[in-house]
Amino acid sequence: MNDQRALRLHVPEPAGRPGHRTDFSYLHLSPAGEVRKPPVDTAPRATADLAYALVRVLDDDGRAVGAWAPDVDAAFLKKGLRGMIRTRVFDARMLVAQRQKKLSFYMQSLGEEAIGTAHAMALQDGDMCFPTYRQQSLLLARDDAPIVPMMCQLLSNERDPIKGRQMPVMYSFKRLGFFSISGNLATQFIQAVGWAMASAIKGDTRIASGWIGDGATAEADFHTALTFAHVYRAPVILNVVNNQWAISSFQYVAGGEQTTFAARGTGCGIASLRVDGNDFLAVYSVSRWAAERARSNLGPTLIEWITYRAGAHSTSDDPTKYRPAEDWKRFPLGDPIERLKRHMIARGVWSEADHGALQQEVEGEVVAAQKEAERSGSLADGHVFPPREMFEDVFEQMPSHLVRQRRELGI
Amino acid sequence: MPAMSMIQALRSAMDVMLERDPDVVVFGEDVGNFGGVFRCTEGLQAKYGTSRVFDTPISEGGIVGIAVGMGAYGLRPVAEIQFADYFYPASDQIVSEAARLRYRSAGDFTAPITVRMPCGGGIYGGQTHSQSPEALFTHVCGIRTVMPSNPYDAKGLLIASIENNDPVMFLEPKRLYNGPFDGHHDRPIVPWSRHPLGEVPDGYYTVPLESARVFRAGNDVTVLAYGTMVYVSEAAASETGIDAEIIDLRSVWPLDLDAIVDSVKRTRRCIVVHEATRTSGFGAELVSLVQEHCFYHLEAPVERVTGFDTPYPHAQEWVYFPSPDRVGRALQRVMEP
Repeated sequence: MNDQRALRLHVPEPAGRPGHRTDFSYLHLSPAGEVRKPPVDTAPRATADLAYALVRVLDDDGRAVGAWAPDVDAAFLKKGLRGMIRTRVFDARMLVAQRQKKLSFYMQSLGEEAIGTAHAMALQDGDMCFPTYRQQSLLLARDDAPIVPMMCQLLSNERDPIKGRQMPVMYSFKRLGFFSISGNLATQFIQAVGWAMASAIKGDTRIASGWIGDGATAEADFHTALTFAHVYRAPVILNVVNNQWAISSFQYVAGGEQTTFAARGTGCGIASLRVDGNDFLAVYSVSRWAAERARSNLGPTLIEWITYRAGAHSTSDDPTKYRPAEDWKRFPLGDPIERLKRHMIARGVWSEADHGALQQEVEGEVVAAQKEAERSGSLADGHVFPPREMFEDVFEQMPSHLVRQRRELGI
Repeated sequence: MPAMSMIQALRSAMDVMLERDPDVVVFGEDVGNFGGVFRCTEGLQAKYGTSRVFDTPISEGGIVGIAVGMGAYGLRPVAEIQFADYFYPASDQIVSEAARLRYRSAGDFTAPITVRMPCGGGIYGGQTHSQSPEALFTHVCGIRTVMPSNPYDAKGLLIASIENNDPVMFLEPKRLYNGPFDGHHDRPIVPWSRHPLGEVPDGYYTVPLESARVFRAGNDVTVLAYGTMVYVSEAAASETGIDAEIIDLRSVWPLDLDAIVDSVKRTRRCIVVHEATRTSGFGAELVSLVQEHCFYHLEAPVERVTGFDTPYPHAQEWVYFPSPDRVGRALQRVMEP
């Protein structure tokens, strides 16, 4: 029996650690323009190759190439650029405000701005997103972006639309198609499927879009959502934002080492694609394709967006402890804002001067919004909703036990 | 009025609501074509179509998860969990999502969902088909927990629950589905057709939530009970000859505190009876409320008669099940001078 070897447990390690440069070959990139675009009514199993490839439109020279290149005009590109810049400026200002202790907490989306921005531009008013906590660009890309109400939520102040009930970034904007963020991961993914099923039950035309990170795909709700979306052919887009890191855990720990997150979809009978999430045009084009499928009763689409979480997980995190600090600069898919800017300049519809002017204009917009939001106070200065509000909204009508408990406080 | 079993009454409630409100949908494991393992939804799919009454995958988390999403859309989903013992995979969707959606979004989104689940023992269901998890729900703020004890209340409470804009956990004591059961398992089953509370109107009516019912009027001791234990307590009272007042809570939480306090202050004695395990059971909350609100009126310590702190056993089911004898002895103890 000497030929029997001791078994070994495989615990995945990331492709790089502090002091050990990341080998990004693990990303398995496809050249821009190379990946085919199937017809919108493609059979889910016929997308199996797309779940392992990488849909890209923008090449290294800023040209839009291949079947996925969308036909969009300069105004559309400028709107997208504005949405991404607004998100980045908003994040930067709020990060500073957190360090100034005006906010108790913040989560930036640096490097991931293209995904929510282009996706929002592919949806229609009335559609409902079920986001997780790094999709602020879904809101900030809108012409009617609720910048001041978002800041009031972050400040937990007297104008916080959710009355100080949640930590910063847990927005809720029903009128803008943005479902209340939970903080418990993955729960919203199956809810998005339920919302989409409801829309189909009612013969509505609106679709849902669910969001999850690579790490949370390990939760049961992710797999449940795939099953239900397939079973009922729900009009839903299922987005997996693979930004490589779940706090300190590399995406291999969530199960991305020998497969892709998109590949989970084809196994469940769902059309699935793996897409360059830092490529504004690819995000828009694939989102449109998925939305058209949903709206045509062709069922769900799973999209894995490859991107990189350029900042810390949150203001409570220090990523220099677990990953190389220079990875963001070395990430092969680059910076989404720089890439769209290069494309627009290459198309002759944009210039460095235009870009500087837009940047300045957006900074002015965000600074003005912050001044207005701060006029209503913050958690730090105690200008929050009054204590008696704490007892409201537990139930629609306050039951007697909550009335008694409120009275214990003399309010 | 027609006689209905609790199963027929529950079906009638869903039928009435599917008819009245196009936003009501009914789903769960085996509830569609088959009509549910207890037949509560029999015929509803044929009447209302597959998009309003349908089968789901075996996934309690998914069942409640889609219900929350549908509620956010504006529907009034009625979801069935096949046995209350199986709700645990849905815990996150109940506790963290349905219960707090209104609160965390300051009313921007709500989850007006009803989750039906058969509970309780008495059918040789062993540890996986007999549980009474109501205390796990009452500890969660933002959900309502309801448990009817008869066909009339079952229909009226289910309609009230479906119409309510809060999430409701609707627990159905499965041993009561076909008749009142007083714990004397060796005696013939009495059908609801021979019980006054088996008379159920065909049409729409509600039994209000947060409203208890004096099931049996009495003067000497108050029994706080719900579900099957209402009949067990009634048997105990008549067998001991003690003039007990039995309060059927109907809404476990939020509850009708006034009904409890009024009765206990008058009888000056109280016992609490439930089928669920004792420690941290809902009886602990009831005893505490009685102590807080009626202490100076009490003549005797408040007693609990409950299931034991063991998993629900299969072969020893009738040892575990709170019997009329156990309830009777508790009544006698609190009546001792």
